[in-house]
Amino acid sequence: MKSNIFVKDKVAIVGAGLTLFRRRLLETPRDLAWEASREALSSAGLTLKDIDCIVVGSAPDAFDGIHMKGEYLADGSGGFNKPVVRVFVGGGTGVMVPAVAWWHVASGLCKTVLAVGEEKMSHAYPHPQGVFAYIWDPILERPLGPNLIWIFALEMRRYMHVCNASKEDIALVSVKNKRNALDHPAAQAAAKITVDDVLKSEVLVWPVQLLDISPVSDGAAALVLASESVARRVTDTPVWVEGIGFTLDNTHWYNRDLAYPRYLEYAARMAYKMAGIERPWREIDVAEPYDPFDYKELHHIEGLMLARRCEAPKLLKEGYFDRSGELPTSPGGGLLGVGNPIAAAGVMKVAELFWQLRYEAGARQVKKPVHKAVANAWGDLMQAGTVVVLST
Amino acid sequence: MKPERVPGRYIREEDLRRLPGVIEYTPTARYSYSAGQALSEFLRGLKDGRILGKLCPSCRRVLVPPRVYCEFCFTPTTEWVEVTGAGRVETAVISYIGVARERLEKPEIIGVIRLDAPGHAENSFDFAGLFHKLCGVTEDDVKSGRVIGMRVKPRWKPVHERVGSILDIECFEPLQPREVV
Repeated sequence: MKSNIFVKDKVAIVGAGLTLFRRRLLETPRDLAWEASREALSSAGLTLKDIDCIVVGSAPDAFDGIHMKGEYLADGSGGFNKPVVRVFVGGGTGVMVPAVAWWHVASGLCKTVLAVGEEKMSHAYPHPQGVFAYIWDPILERPLGPNLIWIFALEMRRYMHVCNASKEDIALVSVKNKRNALDHPAAQAAAKITVDDVLKSEVLVWPVQLLDISPVSDGAAALVLASESVARRVTDTPVWVEGIGFTLDNTHWYNRDLAYPRYLEYAARMAYKMAGIERPWREIDVAEPYDPFDYKELHHIEGLMLARRCEAPKLLKEGYFDRSGELPTSPGGGLLGVGNPIAAAGVMKVAELFWQLRYEAGARQVKKPVHKAVANAWGDLMQAGTVVVLST
Repeated sequence: MKPERVPGRYIREEDLRRLPGVIEYTPTARYSYSAGQALSEFLRGLKDGRILGKLCPSCRRVLVPPRVYCEFCFTPTTEWVEVTGAGRVETAVISYIGVARERLEKPEIIGVIRLDAPGHAENSFDFAGLFHKLCGVTEDDVKSGRVIGMRVKPRWKPVHERVGSILDIECFEPLQPREVV
Protein backbone atom coordinates (compact mmCIF):
# COMPACT_ATOMS: atom_id res chain seq x y z
CA MET A 1 0.00 0.00 0.00
CA LYS A 2 1.28 3.44 -0.84
CA SER A 3 1.98 5.73 2.05
CA ASN A 4 -0.24 8.72 2.35
CA ILE A 5 2.09 11.51 1.38
CA PHE A 6 0.74 14.61 -0.22
CA VAL A 7 1.93 14.98 -3.78
CA LYS A 8 0.58 17.73 -5.93
CA ASP A 9 1.75 16.27 -9.23
CA LYS A 10 2.79 12.81 -10.32
CA VAL A 11 6.32 12.94 -11.76
CA ALA A 12 7.68 11.19 -14.83
CA ILE A 13 11.03 10.99 -16.56
CA VAL A 14 10.49 11.86 -20.21
CA GLY A 15 14.01 12.16 -21.59
CA ALA A 16 17.60 11.13 -20.94
CA GLY A 17 21.00 11.88 -22.43
CA LEU A 18 24.62 10.98 -21.90
CA THR A 19 28.06 12.00 -23.08
CA LEU A 20 30.84 9.51 -23.58
CA PHE A 21 32.43 8.35 -20.33
CA ARG A 22 36.22 8.44 -20.73
CA ARG A 23 39.39 8.81 -18.68
CA ARG A 24 39.96 12.23 -20.24
CA LEU A 25 37.67 14.22 -22.48
CA LEU A 26 38.52 17.29 -24.48
CA GLU A 27 35.32 19.07 -23.43
CA THR A 28 35.22 21.38 -20.40
CA PRO A 29 32.86 20.55 -17.52
CA ARG A 30 30.36 23.08 -18.87
CA ASP A 31 30.58 21.63 -22.37
CA LEU A 32 29.87 18.18 -20.99
CA ALA A 33 26.87 19.40 -19.00
CA TRP A 34 25.57 21.11 -22.11
CA GLU A 35 26.07 18.07 -24.36
CA ALA A 36 24.21 15.77 -21.98
CA SER A 37 21.46 18.35 -21.42
CA ARG A 38 20.99 18.79 -25.14
CA GLU A 39 20.68 15.04 -25.67
CA ALA A 40 18.16 14.74 -22.85
CA LEU A 41 16.06 17.63 -24.11
CA SER A 42 16.05 16.43 -27.70
CA SER A 43 15.12 12.90 -26.67
CA ALA A 44 12.12 14.41 -24.85
CA GLY A 45 11.29 16.58 -27.84
CA LEU A 46 11.65 19.70 -25.71
CA THR A 47 13.85 22.78 -25.72
CA LEU A 48 15.28 24.81 -22.88
CA LYS A 49 12.33 27.19 -23.21
CA ASP A 50 10.07 24.38 -22.00
CA ILE A 51 12.07 23.87 -18.79
CA ASP A 52 10.99 25.59 -15.57
CA CYS A 53 13.75 24.62 -13.13
CA ILE A 54 17.25 23.18 -13.12
CA VAL A 55 18.89 20.70 -10.74
CA VAL A 56 22.65 20.28 -11.13
CA GLY A 57 24.63 17.58 -9.34
CA SER A 58 28.37 17.37 -9.03
CA ALA A 59 30.63 15.73 -6.46
CA PRO A 60 33.51 17.48 -4.60
CA ASP A 61 34.61 20.78 -6.13
CA ALA A 62 38.17 19.55 -5.85
CA PHE A 63 37.79 17.18 -8.83
CA ASP A 64 36.97 19.84 -11.37
CA GLY A 65 39.27 22.12 -9.36
CA ILE A 66 36.71 24.93 -9.40
CA HIS A 67 34.96 26.15 -6.29
CA MET A 68 31.21 26.66 -6.45
CA LYS A 69 31.05 24.17 -9.26
CA GLY A 70 27.25 24.35 -9.26
CA GLU A 71 27.35 27.98 -10.29
CA TYR A 72 30.13 27.28 -12.75
CA LEU A 73 28.13 24.48 -14.38
CA ALA A 74 24.84 26.32 -14.30
CA ASP A 75 24.83 27.90 -17.73
CA GLY A 76 25.96 24.67 -19.41
CA SER A 77 22.97 23.06 -17.72
CA GLY A 78 20.55 25.70 -18.93
CA GLY A 79 20.53 27.29 -15.51
CA PHE A 80 20.20 31.02 -15.91
CA ASN A 81 17.17 33.20 -15.30
CA LYS A 82 15.58 30.14 -13.76
CA PRO A 83 15.53 28.52 -10.32
CA VAL A 84 18.73 26.46 -10.07
CA VAL A 85 19.90 24.25 -7.24
CA ARG A 86 23.12 22.29 -6.91
CA VAL A 87 23.00 18.95 -5.14
CA PHE A 88 25.91 17.29 -3.43
CA VAL A 89 25.99 14.16 -1.29
CA GLY A 90 29.32 12.72 -2.42
CA GLY A 91 28.96 9.61 -4.55
CA GLY A 92 25.27 9.56 -3.66
CA THR A 93 24.78 12.73 -5.71
CA GLY A 94 23.87 11.02 -8.97
CA VAL A 95 20.68 9.45 -7.66
CA MET A 96 19.98 12.43 -5.40
CA VAL A 97 19.70 14.60 -8.53
CA PRO A 98 16.51 12.94 -9.84
CA ALA A 99 15.24 12.68 -6.23
CA VAL A 100 15.55 16.44 -5.77
CA ALA A 101 14.13 17.04 -9.25
CA TRP A 102 11.19 14.85 -8.20
CA TRP A 103 10.19 17.10 -5.32
CA HIS A 104 10.55 20.19 -7.50
CA VAL A 105 7.78 18.75 -9.65
CA ALA A 106 5.82 16.79 -7.03
CA SER A 107 5.42 19.94 -4.94
CA GLY A 108 3.86 21.77 -7.86
CA LEU A 109 6.70 24.30 -7.90
CA CYS A 110 7.89 23.38 -11.39
CA LYS A 111 6.22 21.55 -14.27
CA THR A 112 9.47 20.54 -15.93
CA VAL A 113 12.98 20.05 -14.57
CA LEU A 114 16.27 19.46 -16.32
CA ALA A 115 18.39 17.33 -13.98
CA VAL A 116 22.11 17.17 -14.81
CA GLY A 117 25.04 15.27 -13.30
CA GLU A 118 28.58 16.15 -14.35
CA GLU A 119 32.08 15.19 -13.26
CA LYS A 120 35.47 15.88 -14.75
CA MET A 121 37.95 13.92 -12.70
CA SER A 122 40.82 14.15 -15.16
CA HIS A 123 41.66 17.70 -14.12
CA ALA A 124 43.32 16.42 -10.97
CA TYR A 125 46.63 14.89 -11.87
CA PRO A 126 48.65 12.76 -11.89
CA HIS A 127 45.74 11.01 -10.22
CA PRO A 128 42.52 12.28 -8.60
CA GLN A 129 43.24 9.92 -5.69
CA GLY A 130 45.33 12.73 -4.13
CA VAL A 131 42.26 14.96 -3.98
CA PHE A 132 40.43 12.39 -1.91
CA ALA A 133 42.87 13.06 0.95
CA TYR A 134 40.76 16.04 2.02
CA ILE A 135 37.75 13.85 2.69
CA TRP A 136 39.31 12.43 5.85
CA ASP A 137 38.93 13.80 9.36
CA PRO A 138 41.94 16.09 9.85
CA ILE A 139 42.55 15.16 13.51
CA LEU A 140 42.12 11.41 13.79
CA GLU A 141 42.37 10.09 10.24
CA ARG A 142 44.59 12.20 8.02
CA PRO A 143 47.73 11.75 10.19
CA LEU A 144 47.64 8.03 9.33
CA GLY A 145 48.18 8.88 5.65
CA PRO A 146 45.06 7.15 4.42
CA ASN A 147 44.23 6.38 0.83
CA LEU A 148 40.51 6.45 0.04
CA ILE A 149 40.60 2.84 -1.06
CA TRP A 150 41.43 1.86 2.53
CA ILE A 151 37.89 2.28 3.76
CA PHE A 152 36.39 0.38 0.87
CA ALA A 153 38.87 -2.41 1.35
CA LEU A 154 38.06 -2.46 5.08
CA GLU A 155 34.39 -2.68 4.25
CA MET A 156 34.90 -5.36 1.61
CA ARG A 157 37.05 -7.43 4.00
CA ARG A 158 34.37 -7.19 6.68
CA TYR A 159 31.66 -8.18 4.21
CA MET A 160 33.76 -11.14 3.02
CA HIS A 161 34.26 -12.26 6.59
CA VAL A 162 30.68 -11.96 7.78
CA CYS A 163 29.15 -13.38 4.61
CA ASN A 164 31.86 -15.94 3.98
CA ALA A 165 32.26 -14.60 0.45
CA SER A 166 35.47 -15.26 -1.47
CA LYS A 167 37.38 -12.92 -3.76
CA GLU A 168 36.26 -15.15 -6.64
CA ASP A 169 32.58 -14.73 -5.70
CA ILE A 170 32.94 -10.97 -5.67
CA ALA A 171 35.02 -10.74 -8.88
CA LEU A 172 32.03 -12.16 -10.76
CA VAL A 173 30.32 -8.78 -10.40
CA SER A 174 33.15 -7.12 -12.29
CA VAL A 175 33.03 -9.82 -14.96
CA LYS A 176 29.26 -9.40 -15.38
CA ASN A 177 29.19 -5.61 -15.44
CA LYS A 178 32.12 -5.17 -17.78
CA ARG A 179 30.53 -7.73 -20.09
CA ASN A 180 27.16 -5.95 -19.96
CA ALA A 181 28.90 -2.68 -20.85
CA LEU A 182 30.09 -4.10 -24.18
CA ASP A 183 26.69 -3.09 -25.53
CA HIS A 184 26.76 0.41 -24.07
CA PRO A 185 27.76 3.15 -26.51
CA ALA A 186 29.18 5.44 -23.80
CA ALA A 187 31.18 2.75 -22.01
CA GLN A 188 34.76 3.31 -20.93
CA ALA A 189 35.66 0.03 -19.25
CA ALA A 190 33.68 -2.56 -21.17
CA ALA A 191 35.62 -5.79 -21.50
CA LYS A 192 35.34 -9.51 -21.75
CA ILE A 193 37.27 -10.61 -18.71
CA THR A 194 37.37 -13.60 -16.42
CA VAL A 195 37.52 -13.99 -12.67
CA ASP A 196 41.16 -14.86 -13.14
CA ASP A 197 41.89 -11.51 -14.79
CA VAL A 198 40.44 -9.73 -11.77
CA LEU A 199 42.49 -11.81 -9.36
CA LYS A 200 45.66 -11.21 -11.38
CA SER A 201 45.19 -7.44 -11.68
CA GLU A 202 47.30 -5.02 -9.64
CA VAL A 203 46.67 -5.35 -5.92
CA LEU A 204 45.97 -1.87 -4.54
CA VAL A 205 44.71 -2.43 -1.02
CA TRP A 206 44.06 -6.10 -0.47
CA PRO A 207 41.31 -7.31 -0.98
CA VAL A 208 40.75 -4.53 -3.53
CA GLN A 209 42.51 -5.01 -6.88
CA LEU A 210 42.51 -2.85 -9.97
CA LEU A 211 39.68 -4.69 -11.73
CA ASP A 212 37.55 -4.61 -8.57
CA ILE A 213 37.23 -0.84 -9.02
CA SER A 214 35.44 1.39 -11.49
CA PRO A 215 37.73 3.68 -13.48
CA VAL A 216 38.43 7.40 -13.16
CA SER A 217 36.17 9.16 -15.63
CA ASP A 218 34.99 12.36 -17.24
CA GLY A 219 31.38 12.57 -18.33
CA ALA A 220 27.90 13.97 -17.91
CA ALA A 221 24.36 12.65 -17.89
CA ALA A 222 21.00 14.39 -17.84
CA LEU A 223 17.30 13.64 -17.39
CA VAL A 224 14.15 15.59 -18.09
CA LEU A 225 11.43 15.23 -15.46
CA ALA A 226 7.91 16.50 -15.94
CA SER A 227 4.55 16.65 -14.23
CA GLU A 228 1.86 14.20 -15.32
CA SER A 229 0.05 16.70 -17.54
CA VAL A 230 3.24 17.60 -19.41
CA ALA A 231 4.46 14.01 -19.52
CA ARG A 232 1.20 12.74 -21.06
CA ARG A 233 1.49 15.42 -23.71
CA VAL A 234 5.09 14.82 -24.73
CA THR A 235 5.32 11.03 -24.63
CA ASP A 236 3.26 7.86 -24.78
CA THR A 237 5.70 6.06 -22.53
CA PRO A 238 6.48 8.16 -19.46
CA VAL A 239 8.51 6.44 -16.75
CA TRP A 240 7.05 7.37 -13.38
CA VAL A 241 9.18 8.22 -10.39
CA GLU A 242 7.22 6.29 -7.78
CA GLY A 243 9.44 6.73 -4.76
CA ILE A 244 12.55 8.45 -3.54
CA GLY A 245 14.59 7.90 -0.39
CA PHE A 246 17.76 9.25 1.12
CA THR A 247 19.53 8.67 4.40
CA LEU A 248 22.83 9.63 5.95
CA ASP A 249 24.52 7.45 8.51
CA ASN A 250 27.08 9.16 10.76
CA THR A 251 30.67 9.83 9.75
CA HIS A 252 32.14 7.74 12.58
CA TRP A 253 32.46 4.89 10.12
CA TYR A 254 34.85 2.96 12.36
CA ASN A 255 32.16 2.93 15.04
CA ARG A 256 29.77 0.71 13.14
CA ASP A 257 29.61 -2.69 11.49
CA LEU A 258 30.63 -2.29 7.87
CA ALA A 259 29.22 -5.64 6.75
CA TYR A 260 25.75 -4.24 6.10
CA PRO A 261 24.74 -0.90 4.52
CA ARG A 262 22.25 0.38 7.08
CA TYR A 263 22.21 3.78 5.34
CA LEU A 264 20.79 2.13 2.24
CA GLU A 265 18.16 0.01 3.93
CA TYR A 266 16.64 3.09 5.55
CA ALA A 267 16.68 5.03 2.28
CA ALA A 268 15.21 2.05 0.41
CA ARG A 269 12.43 1.59 2.95
CA MET A 270 11.52 5.23 2.52
CA ALA A 271 11.38 4.91 -1.27
CA TYR A 272 9.54 1.57 -1.29
CA LYS A 273 6.95 2.87 1.13
CA MET A 274 6.28 5.82 -1.10
CA ALA A 275 6.04 3.51 -4.11
CA GLY A 276 3.79 1.04 -2.34
CA ILE A 277 6.33 -1.75 -2.67
CA GLU A 278 6.14 -4.26 0.16
CA ARG A 279 8.23 -7.12 -1.17
CA PRO A 280 10.99 -5.54 -3.25
CA TRP A 281 12.66 -8.93 -3.88
CA ARG A 282 9.49 -10.02 -5.73
CA GLU A 283 8.22 -6.73 -7.13
CA ILE A 284 11.37 -5.15 -8.56
CA ASP A 285 12.07 -6.38 -12.10
CA VAL A 286 15.41 -4.74 -12.82
CA ALA A 287 17.89 -2.83 -10.65
CA GLU A 288 20.89 -0.57 -10.94
CA PRO A 289 22.62 -0.96 -7.57
CA TYR A 290 25.57 1.38 -7.14
CA ASP A 291 28.75 -0.49 -8.09
CA PRO A 292 31.89 1.66 -7.84
CA PHE A 293 33.48 -1.52 -6.45
CA ASP A 294 32.37 -5.05 -7.27
CA TYR A 295 31.55 -6.00 -3.66
CA LYS A 296 29.48 -2.81 -3.42
CA GLU A 297 26.91 -4.15 -5.89
CA LEU A 298 26.35 -7.20 -3.68
CA HIS A 299 26.30 -5.03 -0.58
CA HIS A 300 23.71 -2.77 -2.17
CA ILE A 301 21.58 -5.61 -3.53
CA GLU A 302 21.24 -6.68 0.10
CA GLY A 303 20.67 -3.14 1.36
CA LEU A 304 17.95 -2.68 -1.26
CA MET A 305 16.42 -5.89 0.12
CA LEU A 306 16.53 -7.58 -3.28
CA ALA A 307 18.27 -10.51 -1.59
CA ARG A 308 18.63 -11.65 1.99
CA ARG A 309 21.75 -10.62 3.89
CA CYS A 310 24.79 -12.50 2.60
CA GLU A 311 22.69 -14.21 -0.07
CA ALA A 312 23.74 -12.00 -3.01
CA PRO A 313 27.07 -13.77 -3.81
CA LYS A 314 25.30 -17.12 -4.08
CA LEU A 315 22.52 -15.77 -6.31
CA LEU A 316 25.10 -14.02 -8.48
CA LYS A 317 26.88 -17.31 -9.09
CA GLU A 318 23.59 -18.86 -10.20
CA GLY A 319 23.12 -16.15 -12.84
CA TYR A 320 20.18 -14.61 -11.00
CA PHE A 321 21.48 -11.08 -11.64
CA ASP A 322 22.46 -11.62 -15.30
CA ARG A 323 20.63 -9.83 -18.08
CA SER A 324 18.76 -13.05 -18.73
CA GLY A 325 18.32 -13.75 -15.03
CA GLU A 326 15.39 -13.35 -12.69
CA LEU A 327 16.47 -9.97 -11.35
CA PRO A 328 18.98 -8.35 -13.70
CA THR A 329 21.29 -5.87 -11.98
CA SER A 330 23.41 -3.25 -13.74
CA PRO A 331 22.23 -4.48 -17.17
CA GLY A 332 23.85 -1.43 -18.75
CA GLY A 333 27.25 -2.20 -17.26
CA GLY A 334 27.14 -0.02 -14.18
CA LEU A 335 30.07 2.02 -12.98
CA LEU A 336 32.46 -0.90 -13.36
CA GLY A 337 31.67 -1.15 -17.06
CA VAL A 338 30.40 2.21 -18.28
CA GLY A 339 32.61 4.31 -16.00
CA ASN A 340 32.41 6.44 -12.90
CA PRO A 341 32.24 10.20 -13.42
CA ILE A 342 30.77 10.41 -9.94
CA ALA A 343 27.58 12.47 -10.14
CA ALA A 344 27.07 11.59 -13.79
CA ALA A 345 27.39 7.88 -12.99
CA GLY A 346 24.35 7.88 -10.70
CA VAL A 347 22.29 9.78 -13.27
CA MET A 348 23.48 7.30 -15.92
CA LYS A 349 22.08 4.45 -13.77
CA VAL A 350 18.67 6.08 -13.64
CA ALA A 351 18.87 6.80 -17.38
CA GLU A 352 19.60 3.11 -17.99
CA LEU A 353 16.47 2.10 -16.07
CA PHE A 354 14.50 4.69 -18.05
CA TRP A 355 15.58 3.00 -21.28
CA GLN A 356 15.03 -0.49 -19.87
CA LEU A 357 11.48 0.33 -18.76
CA ARG A 358 10.71 1.77 -22.21
CA TYR A 359 12.25 -1.29 -23.93
CA GLU A 360 14.68 1.02 -25.71
CA ALA A 361 17.92 -0.47 -24.46
CA GLY A 362 18.48 -2.55 -27.61
CA ALA A 363 21.19 -5.14 -27.09
CA ARG A 364 21.24 -4.26 -23.38
CA GLN A 365 17.52 -4.93 -22.91
CA VAL A 366 16.90 -7.50 -20.21
CA LYS A 367 15.11 -10.68 -21.24
CA LYS A 368 12.19 -10.53 -18.80
CA PRO A 369 9.27 -8.13 -19.00
CA VAL A 370 9.95 -5.08 -16.84
CA HIS A 371 7.60 -2.85 -14.95
CA LYS A 372 9.30 -1.69 -11.76
CA ALA A 373 12.92 -0.72 -11.22
CA VAL A 374 15.18 0.65 -8.52
CA ALA A 375 18.51 2.51 -8.59
CA ASN A 376 20.69 3.60 -5.72
CA ALA A 377 23.87 5.54 -5.15
CA TRP A 378 26.14 5.83 -2.17
CA GLY A 379 28.77 8.21 -1.03
CA ASP A 380 30.42 10.55 1.42
CA LEU A 381 32.42 8.67 4.06
CA MET A 382 30.46 5.47 3.49
CA GLN A 383 27.24 6.88 4.82
CA ALA A 384 25.02 8.48 2.18
CA GLY A 385 22.27 6.36 0.64
CA THR A 386 20.04 7.65 -2.15
CA VAL A 387 17.31 5.62 -3.87
CA VAL A 388 14.87 6.14 -6.72
CA VAL A 389 12.05 3.72 -7.64
CA LEU A 390 10.66 3.89 -11.17
CA SER A 391 7.72 2.22 -12.88
CA THR A 392 5.81 2.28 -16.13
CA MET B 1 19.16 1.49 -29.18
CA LYS B 2 19.28 4.35 -26.70
CA PRO B 3 21.32 6.43 -26.20
CA GLU B 4 21.62 7.03 -29.93
CA ARG B 5 24.29 9.70 -29.75
CA VAL B 6 26.99 10.06 -27.10
CA PRO B 7 28.96 13.26 -27.65
CA GLY B 8 32.46 13.75 -26.32
CA ARG B 9 36.02 13.43 -27.59
CA TYR B 10 38.53 11.26 -25.80
CA ILE B 11 42.07 12.60 -25.57
CA ARG B 12 45.21 11.01 -24.19
CA GLU B 13 47.42 12.78 -21.71
CA GLU B 14 49.97 13.55 -24.47
CA ASP B 15 47.20 15.11 -26.57
CA LEU B 16 46.23 17.28 -23.62
CA ARG B 17 49.78 18.56 -23.27
CA ARG B 18 49.82 19.58 -26.94
CA LEU B 19 46.64 21.65 -26.69
CA PRO B 20 47.01 25.41 -26.58
CA GLY B 21 46.03 27.09 -23.35
CA VAL B 22 46.48 24.18 -20.94
CA ILE B 23 46.86 25.69 -17.48
CA GLU B 24 48.67 23.92 -14.69
CA TYR B 25 47.88 25.05 -11.19
CA THR B 26 48.71 23.88 -7.68
CA PRO B 27 46.48 25.38 -5.03
CA THR B 28 48.26 26.61 -1.94
CA ALA B 29 45.83 26.49 0.92
CA ARG B 30 46.90 26.20 4.55
CA TYR B 31 44.67 25.31 7.47
CA SER B 32 45.00 24.98 11.21
CA TYR B 33 42.29 22.76 12.59
CA SER B 34 41.14 22.93 16.19
CA ALA B 35 40.44 19.49 17.59
CA GLY B 36 37.56 20.76 19.71
CA GLN B 37 36.85 20.15 23.37
CA ALA B 38 36.40 16.41 23.34
CA LEU B 39 39.19 15.46 20.95
CA SER B 40 41.68 17.84 22.59
CA GLU B 41 41.20 15.99 25.87
CA PHE B 42 41.40 12.66 24.04
CA LEU B 43 44.70 13.66 22.43
CA ARG B 44 46.07 14.86 25.81
CA GLY B 45 45.15 11.42 27.12
CA LEU B 46 47.06 9.73 24.30
CA LYS B 47 50.13 11.73 25.32
CA ASP B 48 49.82 10.15 28.78
CA GLY B 49 49.32 6.72 27.28
CA ARG B 50 45.61 6.59 28.06
CA ILE B 51 42.61 6.13 25.78
CA LEU B 52 39.70 8.21 26.99
CA GLY B 53 36.07 7.99 26.08
CA LYS B 54 33.03 9.96 27.11
CA LEU B 55 29.97 8.55 28.80
CA CYS B 56 26.47 9.29 27.60
CA PRO B 57 24.36 9.63 30.75
CA SER B 58 21.28 8.61 28.83
CA CYS B 59 22.22 5.38 26.98
CA ARG B 60 25.28 4.66 29.21
CA ARG B 61 27.47 4.06 26.18
CA VAL B 62 31.10 5.14 26.38
CA LEU B 63 31.92 6.83 23.09
CA VAL B 64 35.42 6.39 21.68
CA PRO B 65 36.57 8.59 20.02
CA PRO B 66 34.83 10.94 22.42
CA ARG B 67 32.36 13.60 21.37
CA VAL B 68 30.74 16.32 23.43
CA TYR B 69 27.32 14.97 22.47
CA CYS B 70 25.94 11.47 22.10
CA GLU B 71 24.64 11.26 18.55
CA PHE B 72 22.14 8.55 19.48
CA CYS B 73 20.47 10.39 22.38
CA PHE B 74 21.43 13.87 21.21
CA THR B 75 22.31 14.86 24.74
CA PRO B 76 25.58 16.18 26.18
CA THR B 77 28.03 13.54 27.28
CA THR B 78 29.28 13.87 30.87
CA GLU B 79 32.05 11.88 32.55
CA TRP B 80 35.37 10.91 31.08
CA VAL B 81 36.01 7.19 31.22
CA GLU B 82 39.34 5.54 30.55
CA VAL B 83 39.18 2.37 28.47
CA THR B 84 41.97 -0.20 28.47
CA GLY B 85 42.67 0.13 24.77
CA ALA B 86 42.29 -3.58 24.30
CA GLY B 87 39.83 -4.76 21.72
CA ARG B 88 39.10 -7.04 18.81
CA VAL B 89 40.03 -6.51 15.17
CA GLU B 90 36.80 -5.87 13.29
CA THR B 91 38.34 -5.78 9.82
CA ALA B 92 41.83 -5.41 8.37
CA VAL B 93 43.44 -4.83 4.98
CA ILE B 94 46.88 -4.56 3.39
CA SER B 95 47.70 -1.33 1.59
CA TYR B 96 50.24 -1.44 -1.23
CA ILE B 97 49.65 2.19 -2.22
CA GLY B 98 50.11 5.58 -0.55
CA VAL B 99 48.02 8.73 -0.35
CA ALA B 100 48.42 9.67 -4.02
CA ARG B 101 48.24 6.07 -5.29
CA GLU B 102 52.05 5.69 -5.41
CA ARG B 103 53.31 2.14 -4.75
CA LEU B 104 54.64 1.65 -1.24
CA GLU B 105 57.94 -0.10 -0.71
CA LYS B 106 56.64 -1.86 2.34
CA PRO B 107 52.91 -2.61 2.50
CA GLU B 108 50.99 -1.42 5.54
CA ILE B 109 48.30 -3.28 7.44
CA ILE B 110 45.38 -1.17 8.59
CA GLY B 111 42.38 -2.15 10.61
CA VAL B 112 39.32 -1.14 12.55
CA ILE B 113 39.50 -2.07 16.23
CA ARG B 114 36.35 -2.66 18.24
CA LEU B 115 37.43 -1.49 21.71
CA ASP B 116 36.32 -2.95 25.01
CA ALA B 117 34.15 -0.12 26.29
CA PRO B 118 31.23 -0.13 28.71
CA GLY B 119 27.67 0.22 27.47
CA HIS B 120 27.95 -1.54 24.12
CA ALA B 121 26.32 -4.92 23.67
CA GLU B 122 28.50 -7.71 22.30
CA ASN B 123 28.42 -7.64 18.47
CA SER B 124 26.27 -4.51 18.43
CA PHE B 125 26.02 -2.67 15.11
CA ASP B 126 27.46 0.49 16.68
CA PHE B 127 30.53 0.26 18.87
CA ALA B 128 33.45 2.19 20.37
CA GLY B 129 36.38 1.85 18.05
CA LEU B 130 39.42 3.27 16.37
CA PHE B 131 40.93 3.02 12.95
CA HIS B 132 44.67 2.47 13.03
CA LYS B 133 47.64 0.53 11.77
CA LEU B 134 48.21 -3.03 12.88
CA CYS B 135 51.61 -4.50 13.61
CA GLY B 136 52.79 -7.94 14.56
CA VAL B 137 50.37 -9.51 12.10
CA THR B 138 51.31 -10.91 8.74
CA GLU B 139 49.76 -10.42 5.32
CA ASP B 140 48.69 -14.00 5.48
CA ASP B 141 46.83 -13.36 8.75
CA VAL B 142 44.80 -10.72 6.90
CA LYS B 143 44.16 -12.82 3.81
CA SER B 144 43.23 -15.96 5.69
CA GLY B 145 40.98 -14.01 8.02
CA ARG B 146 42.88 -15.10 11.14
CA VAL B 147 43.31 -11.47 12.09
CA ILE B 148 39.58 -10.78 12.32
CA GLY B 149 38.42 -11.13 15.89
CA MET B 150 42.02 -11.17 17.12
CA ARG B 151 42.56 -9.51 20.52
CA VAL B 152 44.84 -6.47 20.22
CA LYS B 153 46.14 -3.59 22.33
CA PRO B 154 47.87 -0.31 21.52
CA ARG B 155 51.64 -0.16 21.16
CA TRP B 156 52.62 3.26 22.45
CA LYS B 157 55.42 5.45 21.24
CA PRO B 158 58.11 6.18 23.86
CA VAL B 159 56.90 8.91 26.28
CA HIS B 160 59.32 11.56 25.05
CA GLU B 161 58.15 11.14 21.44
CA ARG B 162 54.45 11.62 22.19
CA VAL B 163 52.97 14.91 21.11
CA GLY B 164 49.24 14.52 21.63
CA SER B 165 48.35 12.97 18.27
CA ILE B 166 46.63 9.83 17.08
CA LEU B 167 50.15 8.78 16.04
CA ASP B 168 51.18 8.58 19.74
CA ILE B 169 49.78 5.11 19.29
CA GLU B 170 52.28 3.49 16.97
CA CYS B 171 49.90 0.72 16.04
CA PHE B 172 47.72 -1.97 17.54
CA GLU B 173 49.44 -5.29 18.19
CA PRO B 174 48.19 -8.74 19.19
CA LEU B 175 47.92 -9.56 22.88
CA GLN B 176 50.35 -12.20 24.07
CA PRO B 177 48.80 -15.59 24.88
CA ARG B 178 47.13 -15.36 28.30
CA GLU B 179 47.94 -11.64 28.51
CA VAL B 180 45.22 -9.73 30.35
CA VAL B 181 44.73 -6.02 29.78
